[in-house]
Amino acid sequence: MSLLHIAIVLPFIAAVFIPFLFKGFRNIHTGWFVLLVPLALFIYFIQYLPVTSGGQTVSKTFEWIPSLGINFNAHVDGLGLLFALLITGIGSLVVLYSIYYLAKEKEALHNFYVYLLMFMGAMLGVVLSDNLIVLYMFWEFTSISSFLLIGYWYDKERSRYGAQKSMLITVFGGLSMLGGIVLLYIMSGTFSIQELIGMSGSLMQDPMFIPAMLLILLGAFTKSAQFPFHVWLPDAMEAPTPVSAYLHSATMVKAGIYLVARMSPVFAESGIWLWLVAGFGLFTLFWGSFNAVKQTDLKGILAFSTISQLGLIMSLLGLGAAALHFDQLDENIYMGATIAAVFHLINHATFKGSLFMVAGIVDHETGTRDIRNLGGLVNLMPITFTIALIGTFSMAGLPPFNGFLSKEMFLLATLEILEFNLFSMDTWGILFPVIAWIASVFTFIYSIMLLFKTFLGKLQLDKLPKKPHEAPIGMLISPIVLGALVVVFGFFPNLLSKSMIKPAVEAILPSLVESGQEVYVNIYFWHGFTPELFMTLGIVLFGTLLYATLGKWQGIYNRIPEQFTINGVYDRGLEKGESGSFRLTEGVMTGYMRTYLLYIFGFFVAILLSTLVVRDAFSIDTSNLAEIRIYEVILAVVMLASAITILFAKSRLTSIVALGAVGYSVALFFVFFRAPDLALTQLVIETVSVALFLLCFYHLPEISRKEERMGFRLGNAVISILVGVTITLIAISAYSNSSVFESISQYHIDNVYKLAAGGNMVNVILVDFRGFDTLFEICVLGIAALGIYAMVHFRGVRRQKG
Amino acid sequence: MEILMSIVIGVLFTSAVYLILSKSLLRVIIGTGLLSHGAHLLILTMSGLKTGAAPVLKDGVTSYTDPLPQALVLTAIVISFGVTAFFLVLAYRAYQDLGTDNMEEMKGNESND
Repeated sequence: MSLLHIAIVLPFIAAVFIPFLFKGFRNIHTGWFVLLVPLALFIYFIQYLPVTSGGQTVSKTFEWIPSLGINFNAHVDGLGLLFALLITGIGSLVVLYSIYYLAKEKEALHNFYVYLLMFMGAMLGVVLSDNLIVLYMFWEFTSISSFLLIGYWYDKERSRYGAQKSMLITVFGGLSMLGGIVLLYIMSGTFSIQELIGMSGSLMQDPMFIPAMLLILLGAFTKSAQFPFHVWLPDAMEAPTPVSAYLHSATMVKAGIYLVARMSPVFAESGIWLWLVAGFGLFTLFWGSFNAVKQTDLKGILAFSTISQLGLIMSLLGLGAAALHFDQLDENIYMGATIAAVFHLINHATFKGSLFMVAGIVDHETGTRDIRNLGGLVNLMPITFTIALIGTFSMAGLPPFNGFLSKEMFLLATLEILEFNLFSMDTWGILFPVIAWIASVFTFIYSIMLLFKTFLGKLQLDKLPKKPHEAPIGMLISPIVLGALVVVFGFFPNLLSKSMIKPAVEAILPSLVESGQEVYVNIYFWHGFTPELFMTLGIVLFGTLLYATLGKWQGIYNRIPEQFTINGVYDRGLEKGESGSFRLTEGVMTGYMRTYLLYIFGFFVAILLSTLVVRDAFSIDTSNLAEIRIYEVILAVVMLASAITILFAKSRLTSIVALGAVGYSVALFFVFFRAPDLALTQLVIETVSVALFLLCFYHLPEISRKEERMGFRLGNAVISILVGVTITLIAISAYSNSSVFESISQYHIDNVYKLAAGGNMVNVILVDFRGFDTLFEICVLGIAALGIYAMVHFRGVRRQKG
Repeated sequence: MEILMSIVIGVLFTSAVYLILSKSLLRVIIGTGLLSHGAHLLILTMSGLKTGAAPVLKDGVTSYTDPLPQALVLTAIVISFGVTAFFLVLAYRAYQDLGTDNMEEMKGNESND
């Protein structure tokens, strides 16, 4: 196990000690101990920067289940490292923030930090493992720890609802992804992503390629809250704010983005991939930004904004796949989309993290997150306001912040795709810049709304549960750091380009850099008067206009009826699924023996008869039959008559006697068929049985002594006749084919005296040739006798209960 | 002969199944009795009913009926007797404790199981 592996599982190891630290040091906030872990990891991962920016990767193997090809292969390349740095970096800031956010007296901090560390380790595992099964394992770890964190305040009903919803949706996606992984393994014989990338050309030809791609995309879309699976994210806002900032803006929701980026080299040559990823991303971008304007809760706005921004990154990754269809790197304009995706990924993590922390501060200091009650906080909370200003302007895509740069690059990418002449992009592609532009207008509106309605306007002190004041400095450090990064990356975007963006892009599009060409990443602040600049101007113009008239058109949101929303569909689906399966069980499991017997006999008949018909297996062969003798016919008639008498008998006594008649006719048949031992046994046993039946009959309680004929039920009659017919048909056709093998009885006949010194073959078989059967038959009788004794003698428990 | 026996066995099975599907516990047990008769005859029939001597060694006889199915049926008779006896006493005890032999009334549910 290398140091890299230890680094990945370090959060898990640390999580073991957290409860002890919590109990042992009650006067120190547990968060301080936790803070060391991500900080140490961040410093550790920084060391890999020179390696990956030099185009190198690091792979370390730790054997887990080598016989199944499942090994913990840690693989550090540009993409993995970028995520690892985001996870540990923002992780440190979030832990620091949570120290001031969660009070050590009131909260179950040991739970919180154990879950958080579990999540951090799981996330590191996802982004740094090369083996798909290990990736899946960590993937589900993120789902579970996210579930635990959303339900952290488990006494709140909404928390439990949100936790369950996110669990159901992400685990659904996770399992689909597992299906995709298995399909990939069947196609290629390997779980290693790097090996899969090498085979992508031949995989394309496989019929399972498309299903595998769809299943993996399902996993990525559910995790990254893409339409229509985005519904869990707004409800996950019931989690403590540090969790929302960490999981639901910067890291976990980007796991799907990571997966799409990671699997791009395998799938992206296909046009379906391009359309699906770009299309779903674009629609999610629009839908998220459109719905964000409707929200009144600060975290609700941020949740929909996250959905929308994730859609943006997703669509950029999809558009970036176009680059694979052109070989020359220096002229490859579609590369820009991937660069923009990576750049916006970093930008989003910085500004969204800081905005969530701002929302948390506002909540913490005023007691509410409802923008209808907030306003005018700018004078009371100047630092928070500044951070919020930077964050929202960056989110809206305004200069001079980093969001402006990535938004410009995004618009440029959607414009450039118009020139792409494959997969009917040149005709339908026009939708891309149009929808992107509309979505950006809405993004502008909700960003401005978030800032203005919280911090400007009139202060409504009477509506606030607490008297607002500026947050303590400890709580402000993390958002200040993130806000500063927003500004720094805005002014000096090329700070990142060589060290982080370039290696990440090389990892997403490895086939393009194979031939020794280098990706050239240079992000300009000023391009000149380009079309995307005018688009941005238009966004600001229209956004301001629409924001000013918000009250007039906000009514359209109420036009959408509740049952058509995806939440409504989800809720009803869950409810219908539950009530439907309940009704199904109620309907099938009636509790009556008769029903179950009908099922059993019904299936018996259906399977046997249909097999008989489908296989055309019925055959009748009269050559091998024994002759019919008249007294056998008479006996058969007698037996049938008594059997049928039972059915129509009015009194139970008649049916018992008729059963006895059947038994004695069977004994007579045994005589005719030359089975003396059977006849003897049958006579004795039938006598005892009838006596027992009579005993039971005699002890029948008064209430049900009413003699009555058995009621006729057509269903019963049909089933029983079918059973009889089936048995007859199978018996006849089995007998007709019985000459395939000779009987083995000749051996017994020949050796009964020679080997066993007996003359009665049946008895010799019972006690000598096949004596074991007899031994256990004796056991059966013994058990029955003991059982009867026990039933008769040990009684009373039920009666005492009444 | 075997075809005739197959039909007889089929009728036995039909009555047995019809009885087993009925409400009265006693009829269910009668049904199982008929069912085992049918099964025993079926075993014997399927081995062939060609006439030969009874399977007891006797000088000068060359053709015997097949002894193996008879041994199997003998075992089956004894076992089904044991089970039937147990089942009957069980039914008897059920009458005593529950005061009914109606299967429909013996339906278990969440409250009284």
